[in-house]
Amino acid sequence: MSGKPKLSMYWATACGGCEISLVNIHEKVLDVDANFEFMFCPCLLDTKKKDIEAMPDKGIAITLFNGAIRTEENEEMARLLRKKSRVLIAYGSCSYEGCIPGLSNLHSREDHFKTIYLDNPTVDNPSGVVPTPETAVPEGTLRIPSFYERVKTLSDVVDADYFIPGCPPEPHQVWNVIEAVVQGRQLPPAGSVIGAGASAVCEECERKKEDKKIKKFYRTYEMIPDREKCLLEQGIVCMGIATRSGCGALCPKVNMPCTGCYGPPEGVLDQGAKMIAALGSIIDIGDVKGLSEEEIAKRADAVISSIPDPAGTFYKYSLPGSILKGRIS
Amino acid sequence: MKNQKPETKRKKPEDKKRSASGGAKSKSSKPAVNGDFEPKIVGFLCNWCSYAGADKAGTSQVKYPPNVNVVKVMCSGRVDPQFVMKAFEKGADGVIILACHPGDCHYKEGNYKAAQRHRMLLKLLGQFGIEKERCRFDYVSAGEGDKFVKVIKDTVDTIREMGPMKKTKKSTSERTE
Ligand code: SF4
Ligand code: SF4
Ligand code: FES
Repeated sequence: MSGKPKLSMYWATACGGCEISLVNIHEKVLDVDANFEFMFCPCLLDTKKKDIEAMPDKGIAITLFNGAIRTEENEEMARLLRKKSRVLIAYGSCSYEGCIPGLSNLHSREDHFKTIYLDNPTVDNPSGVVPTPETAVPEGTLRIPSFYERVKTLSDVVDADYFIPGCPPEPHQVWNVIEAVVQGRQLPPAGSVIGAGASAVCEECERKKEDKKIKKFYRTYEMIPDREKCLLEQGIVCMGIATRSGCGALCPKVNMPCTGCYGPPEGVLDQGAKMIAALGSIIDIGDVKGLSEEEIAKRADAVISSIPDPAGTFYKYSLPGSILKGRIS
Repeated sequence: MKNQKPETKRKKPEDKKRSASGGAKSKSSKPAVNGDFEPKIVGFLCNWCSYAGADKAGTSQVKYPPNVNVVKVMCSGRVDPQFVMKAFEKGADGVIILACHPGDCHYKEGNYKAAQRHRMLLKLLGQFGIEKERCRFDYVSAGEGDKFVKVIKDTVDTIREMGPMKKTKKSTSERTE
């Protein structure tokens, strides 16, 4: 055992991309190794849960916790790592605000089980078995972690010290954070978002911005946008306007709209609401002079109908972290 | 709790009180079908028109149901969709946004923007399982005390019939602490 501070990384309900993003800091990984003992990471190392349980409380300097809280097991690991870590960082969008797994909050657990285990055309399940926490078998009772009604964020179940946004976080931003820790620089107050900017992606985006007036929205496959002009002005739903800066406007750079992976900008509680506020003020319903109240609503609906799935589009990464957190009921 | 998203950042209008006529307590015109359920409704009223309309209803002593908690805003265009979501999150059964009539907004386009946002919000709320009747947008001018009363009565009656907002179930095994 070395005397270096211990670094751990854990995945809850995640895709594995966050682990890749850590390795993506390339040769700087050697600096990480020189400064930390990287001791727990189920994706890359063989350390087990029991090894963590055997450690003294606060024995780990930093834990990068990625993944959302979908199951009882995710929560159990979050609690264990909270107890064992001096600094617990919600790493990546899933852990910070629920991300793609969080979109499942638009449906109930029951609906999920129905689709996945019963109605799926490729499933053969004549006795209609769906997962239950406890199952009696001749040898005794089998127990599996329960599947929660809703996906939660890390900070819904434990106190997280910091949040690093991104799906996944950008390597230069990850390095900024690690470097700050290694150099012993003063970290921002607990509860802050780190490894990102505070304003919106639009601010980092070099596209030409003019007056925004939109008559119809287009999905990315419906047009090849001009490379210079703001995508939103061309009718592509670009979330840059409601998304925290920090990535360097990567997606607009390659002619794709920002889909919002850095979450809401500083001071905004709800990315989708922010997007509605923004889009609602730039849609163009034509000459309004003398229009009746009903006609205003009708024309607005016509423009809006070109966005088929507002919830899935505006909350692609942030549903569990949003104000309403998903479907009510 | 995530305190990196300070709630205090959002300015709430100070004037969060019942409308001037809030004292006029009266039961709604229809009998309650949902037992004793009294809907809690948050109303965002534009200072220049609907708020004055509410005042007018008050000074003419027209009776209307007391279920609406009025928040005065300087323009319907100031109603951030976050306010509406917060209202639902905090337990409102319905939200009313009242604006100046088209062409009458003191800031020219605030009411058009509000109307457009409202249409988009309805589509989103629908995906969240919140019925469109729970989020009403309408136009009430300073002189339309009776229209104000009608909108309030209609909305309260409709929501009373619909019942309270649904709540999300908790998984049985979930910790609650
Ligand atoms: S909306 Fe998108 S394309 Fe337009 S400035 Fe913002 S990030 Fe760039
Ligand atoms: S442009 Fe938007 S979606 Fe793309 S990496 Fe940046 S924040 Fe994420
Ligand atoms: S001032 Fe009344 S809606 Fe704008």
